[in-house]
Amino acid sequence: MKNKLSWFAVPYVVWMALMVVIPILIMVVYSFTTADFEGTLDNFAEMGSYASVFLRSFRLALIATLVCLLIGYPVSYWMAHEGPGFQRLAMALIMLPMWMNFLLRTYSWMSILENNGLLNQLFQAVGLLDALGVDYIPLIGTSGAVVLGMVYNYLPFMILPIYSVIVKLDHSLLEAARDLGADGQLVFRKIILPLSLPGVLSGVTMVFVPSVSTFAISRLLGGGTQMMLGDLIEQQFLGGAYDPHLGAAISMVMMVIVVVCMVVMNHFGEGEEQAVML
Amino acid sequence: MSKELIRLADCVMAFDDEVVLDKINLSIRDKEFLTLLGPSGCGKTTTLRIIGGFQTPTSGDVLFDGVRINAVPPHKRTINTVFQKYALFPHLNVYENIAFGLRIPKADAKGNKTRLPEEEISRRVTEMLEIVNLKGFEKRRTTQLSGGQQQRVAIARALVNRPKVLLLDEPLGALDLKLRKDMQNELKRIQKAMEITFVYVTHDQEEALAMSDTVVVMDAGRIQQIGSPEDIYNEPKNAFVADFIGESNIIDGIMRTDGVVEIFNRRFQCLDGGFEKDEAVDVVIRPEDVDIVPEDQGQLKGTVTSVTFKGMQYDIIVDFYGFKWLIQTTDLSPVGSRIGIKIDPDGIHVMKKSEYSGMFGDYSSYSEEYEEISDASCGPEEEDGGDEE
Repeated sequence: MKNKLSWFAVPYVVWMALMVVIPILIMVVYSFTTADFEGTLDNFAEMGSYASVFLRSFRLALIATLVCLLIGYPVSYWMAHEGPGFQRLAMALIMLPMWMNFLLRTYSWMSILENNGLLNQLFQAVGLLDALGVDYIPLIGTSGAVVLGMVYNYLPFMILPIYSVIVKLDHSLLEAARDLGADGQLVFRKIILPLSLPGVLSGVTMVFVPSVSTFAISRLLGGGTQMMLGDLIEQQFLGGAYDPHLGAAISMVMMVIVVVCMVVMNHFGEGEEQAVML
Repeated sequence: MSKELIRLADCVMAFDDEVVLDKINLSIRDKEFLTLLGPSGCGKTTTLRIIGGFQTPTSGDVLFDGVRINAVPPHKRTINTVFQKYALFPHLNVYENIAFGLRIPKADAKGNKTRLPEEEISRRVTEMLEIVNLKGFEKRRTTQLSGGQQQRVAIARALVNRPKVLLLDEPLGALDLKLRKDMQNELKRIQKAMEITFVYVTHDQEEALAMSDTVVVMDAGRIQQIGSPEDIYNEPKNAFVADFIGESNIIDGIMRTDGVVEIFNRRFQCLDGGFEKDEAVDVVIRPEDVDIVPEDQGQLKGTVTSVTFKGMQYDIIVDFYGFKWLIQTTDLSPVGSRIGIKIDPDGIHVMKKSEYSGMFGDYSSYSEEYEEISDASCGPEEEDGGDEE
């Protein structure tokens, strides 16, 4: 042992082996076998009929990630440039919802978005519904509601990594860029943006991965019409369509797609870092 | 004498209620090498940042070529800076770091933005790399370079824009002694070759003397003395300057008349004049200006209390009537021996009394002071808060 402290890593290694490596191996075995554990590729062939679910999952997760990025980057940038007192306060406000249970938060959104929920009552009160001549504006059960749920729940995972990269940027680099003739906009584009890319990449990963595999949000806010991969997989293990072998195969494919996306994106990020042209 | 390029007029800088710069008046001539010299916290970096445009003085004017530039932001000044820790862009390679300023579109008088053609950029970056001896390093990442190489990239990155003035904030602070000496010569050579005004900040008096045309000695937010290196060394204005530049014995004296100063109740010939009759003064005697003679021939007689071998000379501490002097000599006088000294008139420099009188120039606590001095000259020092966390 090079380092005496590395013994402390042993429990973690054991835990990872038991809880991550072995389950993944089991999943691989399940996905390539029938109910009688005979080798087959039928599970993957069967997936073709769920193409629309795949598409919707990736589409909604991408939109949610993009929205998180568009909101999260400016917020992080702003936070990092305020005083330390404000930064602590903003951090507390961002973390505050996380102290509440995830399902509870999503249920609250249900009661806000329902046909006779808070928002529609508000529209009623200001006369919007009468003006449009409708009883309610459909909010719940739309893909927009699902994206909203994702953004609401995962936005902190976008803000935190970007913020922590920007706040640590060496101030003298910004001064050097200004000194060399760059105005505020160019300093941002040529220094701050490329140097904050690692934070953006980890933010994107941390929002995209849970978004693409969520099932609670799509079920609660999608009203059963916005089935996503998470729901599909859950049905194969716990629901009526019981078929763990198909479920394992879907999980496998999703995992492979996500990993490929991340590798490509990280590679792109590195290239970007090396040569940032005007 | 070339013409004046930059003038600071009554510049005051205050953060909250703390005055960092107190009415600085400074004129910088075109193409000169001017050094702001002083201990940590004396305001030299703040002065540099005001010239660079990173700080706006609380009151007073900054003039560039006769035009007031207080409110002109850094990116619109024809001044470039070499930062203390280089501040190279970690996401760009050496070539792109140097090309950074050239790639920025420049607006002409009509507001039309133009970009330099790529061949022109390439030509100028290559030329710059040659000047700083970094040919072949174009594609290297800056994180792979040694301190000295990073330093030279930072200089090239600033100079490639052909500024009128280059500001350097303790640029050699992080380098080892040998490299510092090489870079000092290198910087001097570049400054001469490119005919650019250099404003250089350092706390290292040797560096200041070796490189500068003009030295500005600062302390406590005020300019103590402005002059050529020779002036500063030979004719220090007060005890602070005398002590900060080189080694000095500073003794209380009384100016009896022009050319005659009395120390330890003995009269010495000197070259200074213009004082009141019997005015109390500070007398500076440099350790190398003292001749050791047999005790009975000496103008002053004392006992050697400590000897340190320094290679080129011995540093000996001699006790004269309870006041300890530092004397540098090539002949060994053992500890405990009685010696006499003689001082030529040009070895005595008389200064007016100042707020610094009595604070410096006594070698009673010789060993500790020496350690402090050597500490100060090897580590880069943070000033004005710095950016280290």
